[in-house]
Amino acid sequence: MKSLGVRAGILSVVLFLAFCLAWQIAVTPSTSSGPALDPEYAKLMGITTVGAQSAMPGPLDVAQKFWDAMKNPFYDNGPNDKGLGLQLLYSIGRVAIGYGLAVLVAVPVGFLIGMSPLAYRALDPFIQVLKPISPLAWMPLALYTIKDSNLSAIFVIFICSVWPMLLNTAFGVGAVRKEWLNVALTLEVGAWRRAFTVILPAAAPTILTGMRISIGIAWLVIVAAEMLVGGTGIGYFVWNEWNNLSIANVIVGILLIGIAGMILDLILARLQRRVTFPE
Amino acid sequence: MAEIDSKFISIEGIARRYPKREGGVTTIFENLWLQVPRGEFVCIIGHSGCGKTSVLNILAGLETPSDGAVIVDGQAISGPSLDRAVIFQGHALLPWRTVLGNVAYAVSSRWRKAGKAEVDERSRRFIELVGLKGSELKKPAELSGGMRQRVGIARALSIEPKILLMDEPFSALDALTRGTLQDEVRRICTATGQTVVMITHDVDEAIYLADKIVLMTNGPEAMVAEVVANPLPKDRVRDSIHRHEDYYVVRNHLVDFLVSRSRTFRDEKPAGYDPRRPPIVKLGSAAQAAEMANTIPFPATASARD
Ligand SMILES: Nc1ncnc2c1ncn2[C@@H]1O[C@H](COP(=O)(O)OP(=O)(O)OP(=O)(O)O)[C@@H](O)[C@H]1O
Ligand SMILES: [Mg+2]
Repeated sequence: MKSLGVRAGILSVVLFLAFCLAWQIAVTPSTSSGPALDPEYAKLMGITTVGAQSAMPGPLDVAQKFWDAMKNPFYDNGPNDKGLGLQLLYSIGRVAIGYGLAVLVAVPVGFLIGMSPLAYRALDPFIQVLKPISPLAWMPLALYTIKDSNLSAIFVIFICSVWPMLLNTAFGVGAVRKEWLNVALTLEVGAWRRAFTVILPAAAPTILTGMRISIGIAWLVIVAAEMLVGGTGIGYFVWNEWNNLSIANVIVGILLIGIAGMILDLILARLQRRVTFPE
Repeated sequence: MAEIDSKFISIEGIARRYPKREGGVTTIFENLWLQVPRGEFVCIIGHSGCGKTSVLNILAGLETPSDGAVIVDGQAISGPSLDRAVIFQGHALLPWRTVLGNVAYAVSSRWRKAGKAEVDERSRRFIELVGLKGSELKKPAELSGGMRQRVGIARALSIEPKILLMDEPFSALDALTRGTLQDEVRRICTATGQTVVMITHDVDEAIYLADKIVLMTNGPEAMVAEVVANPLPKDRVRDSIHRHEDYYVVRNHLVDFLVSRSRTFRDEKPAGYDPRRPPIVKLGSAAQAAEMANTIPFPATASARD
């Protein structure tokens, strides 16, 4: 009887191999060698379906591409040929700036909203209307006012990550237990010190939850935003490879998006664990 | 000076009212008067909901009374103060801080300019005083209920308050732990002459700890029915306290009050009852002589405070 972790790991590997096998079988051209390309797809691409080779790559092709990309991730041969690592760094950089600015705005503002029921009531309608707007809907407005595609992408990241953090901070600050505040009051602790020694640590787990939701959304949005604004970034890479008809590279890009997103989430999860206190 | 000392804490006509949902107001209590001399240990007992916590929170300055004022040491209080330490019912430790961190938080709030070493040393001393040496670096979640309450006590004592306010500090503990903590609190408070106001549901706890026991009638519109002076000797010890001849006299009086008089008092006020001067009741052998001479029947063995 092995531990649950080991058994789960084995099962994961088995599932992965089964998936790859099914994938390989699906893309292997049948011996009758009919038109392997979906006619619809072929028409879309403006090419005729010739030859028996499927345009859909198998797992081995993808693994090969992935390996190639990993061997030299940071080369830069002009605008249409950059290493995958470099593209990823562009995306992460944009997210870091937009998200960082959102933290700087959302946490202090959320703090004030959480401390003041008046501010909460007054700002609530704005937040409720702004929050559900798809961040990409801001893109035309951003491009028009900022006139810089790179900054516009950063703005879109900012605007999409600000709401969950703002709301969670306000909620966490508003929900600090009365008895903890009373402890600070009976010790005549001033407002600033109270904010940093009682309210912030008490609300930190809720704030970090908001930050974790935000980084997830930001990472979802950056890919779409880069497809729109073009130039650099992993989103642009995927779109560019689609135009190059290199489906294998598209899949490699998708894989990397997933892995990077997972790592970002893990970092936030670790931070969250550090500020969480058992009661 | 003597005047100030006998009125060290003076509750003067305080009231607590809440608006009713259907309009109008509920009066939890009003026109409540009580005086606590310096160095005295006072317990307040009364049924749930009569407003004991409200009284204590007003004393702490965490709530303002709807009416009246509280004078401490000659000055009306206007908010919470380091002079009045509170031991909360739910221990109220900051869960993200260690035991040491919790006590040090209080110490460094009291002595803002103290260095870290100084704060540390003092905090450790009080943690040791309540018997938690060795647990300094544990978080509250790793402690038992009794240990958490000890940290609360250490935190309150460490700032050397003029007044210690306790809201049912031991009610969530098992009998054995409660006994030990009562012993410790009594030892520390008698040694330092601490002025204490404590709320309790436990009649035996009140008799063991208190110099005076304040009896509150049922709410709403609760009032202080009387103040029972504890006739047991100052050097009483837990193990033999129940063998003292006056023990059951006091105990029966308190239980009688809780069982019936707390309910009926309002309608059967003794002649001459003045809410501004709740009668001080003296019970037991020492008061016997006085009682012989007294013709008024039992509940009013009271002699008005003056
Ligand atoms: N915010 C509030 N609004 C309305 N009524 C309240 C409010 N807070 C307390 N009360 C009422 O005030 C009364 C006194 O409450 P308090 O907590 O002082 O009682 P207590 O004597 O400490 O009771 P217990 O022994 O159960 O702790 C209760 O009847 C309660 O219902
Ligand atoms: Mg209470």
